[in-house]
Amino acid sequence: MTLFEQAHSRREALRVAAIAAAVVALTPRLAFAKPEEVKAEIDKLYGAREMTTGKLKLDMPEIAENGLVVPINIEVESPMTEADYVKSVSVFAEGNPFPRVLTYRFTPACGRAAASLRMRLAQTQNVIAVAETSTGQLYTARSEVKVTIGGCGG
Amino acid sequence: MISRREFVVAATAAASLTAASGRSLAQAASSGKLTQDDLLRFDAVGKVTLLHLTDTHAQLNPIYFREPSVNLGVGETKGLPPHLTGAAFLDKFKVKPNSPQAYALTSEDFVALAKAYGRMGGFDRIATLVKAIRAERGDDNVLLLAGGDELQGSWTSLQTKGEDVLSALKALKLDAMVGHWEFTYGAERVKEIADAGPFAFLAQNIRSLEWQEEVFPAAKVFERGGAKIAVIGQAYPRTPIANPRWMIPDWEFGLREDDLRKQVESARSGGADVVVLLSHNGFDVDRKMAGRVRGIDVILTAHTHDAIPTAIEVDKTLLIASGSHGKFLSRLDLDVKDGKVAGYRFGLIPVFSDAIAPDAEMAKLVTDARAPYAAELAREIGRTESVLYRRGNFNGTLDDVICQAMIEQRDVEIALSPAFRWGTSLLPGDPITFEAISNATAVTYPNCYRSTMTGKQFKDVLEDVADNIFNPDPYFQGGGDMVRLGGVGYAIDIAQPIGRRISNLTLLKSGASIEADKSYTVAGWASVNQNVEGPPIWELVERHVADRKTIKVEPTDAIKVSGA
Repeated sequence: MTLFEQAHSRREALRVAAIAAAVVALTPRLAFAKPEEVKAEIDKLYGAREMTTGKLKLDMPEIAENGLVVPINIEVESPMTEADYVKSVSVFAEGNPFPRVLTYRFTPACGRAAASLRMRLAQTQNVIAVAETSTGQLYTARSEVKVTIGGCGG
Repeated sequence: MISRREFVVAATAAASLTAASGRSLAQAASSGKLTQDDLLRFDAVGKVTLLHLTDTHAQLNPIYFREPSVNLGVGETKGLPPHLTGAAFLDKFKVKPNSPQAYALTSEDFVALAKAYGRMGGFDRIATLVKAIRAERGDDNVLLLAGGDELQGSWTSLQTKGEDVLSALKALKLDAMVGHWEFTYGAERVKEIADAGPFAFLAQNIRSLEWQEEVFPAAKVFERGGAKIAVIGQAYPRTPIANPRWMIPDWEFGLREDDLRKQVESARSGGADVVVLLSHNGFDVDRKMAGRVRGIDVILTAHTHDAIPTAIEVDKTLLIASGSHGKFLSRLDLDVKDGKVAGYRFGLIPVFSDAIAPDAEMAKLVTDARAPYAAELAREIGRTESVLYRRGNFNGTLDDVICQAMIEQRDVEIALSPAFRWGTSLLPGDPITFEAISNATAVTYPNCYRSTMTGKQFKDVLEDVADNIFNPDPYFQGGGDMVRLGGVGYAIDIAQPIGRRISNLTLLKSGASIEADKSYTVAGWASVNQNVEGPPIWELVERHVADRKTIKVEPTDAIKVSGA
């Protein structure tokens, strides 16, 4: 079981539900974050440390079938031993009200650093994930998700 | 042993639809007489034959279908097949202008050639070809696969929820199919069809929303010609976006490339000699996928209705594009040796209905299936003086008629009509029967709404649809051609990103610019929303044609295209 920490403490009440289904419903009337804000948030959390791609897999649809519940699968290729394990994975969205959507925290007992969630995406945007290991390695992945009106058959 | 490379050369040199020896199709055509034997002549290779039929859109009888005169590619697909039309297409594939092949494959001189070469398709003609090929190759060596969009697109299929075409496909001894418009009959009906068989209904890319479990079998292995052939199914990945999701509320689609990789690996480790992807992705998506997922021998493409007379090779994968509406039957012979495809020969067989003797059994099946609706179908509403067609990136004369019907019958400033790729064509002088109208409108969500939209909302819709066609990355494309508009003109630069393609939106009647915050009255149909109110579109079109008696569509320059 993955430990789960909601990015915003006022959402504490959602915690149990989020562990079960991990649907993060964000309030629609808020202003949307901008790519610069996501970058600032990432810099704040991790500093200007180097991040590598390839180890963290962020699996999302290219086009959302339902922008209200977009499925996201996260998996980090990493040992999960006391000496070296994935400590956390955070997810950021460039076009949602809050730049940081959530952070998962892992322990070696998790066995593998993997999680599935569904999140609301208000518009077409990049979703970014960052994983941090106990040895201080940072892995990142980015995925563009298109939210479309659709409905033109074919 | 003949190498794969030599086969390609041979096929190109023959410069005909079937890479045939002896009297080629081109020769037969120029002699003025095209026979069933000419169409069937084929230099067989290996032991295995794949037959591919796709996007028939429930057209049981021979029809006219005008291929697009505008089919633009963007990004890496620019100028590549299938994004070639007219003279450029004829040049690329060395097809003689005015030949039967030119008529079948392009819109060049469509009206004159249609009159000369007649209607195409028809399940009774297809049955004749399939039976002949089965007889030539042996039943045990032939695999018949359908690429989806078989059960929707006609009045009889709408009334029978696809049962009419299903019986025809079963009579052809179909081995497997995939789906797209099939899903617009609702989840329950599709499950019923899939469970009834006897053919396999495959989809590696559909999951139950809640448990992420497979809804349909992903693949099936067939033994043909002594080889194990794994057929993996790929349903139209954008079905819940392009069509009503509420009809299939518990299913999730998508491309699912990783899952496909696993299917290919499991097929290979299970001893498959040949791996076939029976796909409804659309050609550009399949071309990209062929470059990213290794180990697929053949992708049988569909959805985008492209008819390409040669196999397109992407690395070691062959892409086959078999057209639509029953106009073509694809034959792919495979020489399988040591668990590998050692050689192949491909023929895109045009189904010229005047050259092929109808199969009596299938003809009876079709007549019987249509009988309960025959009077309704034959009802003549009016006549057309213009050629009526739908296919093309931006407009079609048939859609102009539908849009005009909405403007007049629902009293609106703007009409929006979905740019489906299906729908049959009419020649000048043809009667407009109820069947002709329903061939372009028979959907399970036909209601024509009347509403208002601000100029900004309207532009956003156009930008969104434009991005679904002209996004340079095929994986971000979806749906049909550009939404058809009545009452409005615009300019489009297809090379721009979303939000910047559309400009100069103008009300044609007054010449006034569309203003972002002003409201306009709008009518449209085939909305993906639930509980849409309004009369079915075929009723409006029928009233419009009945009012006019004679339909004439003037050429328009309301859409200015750049960036191509």
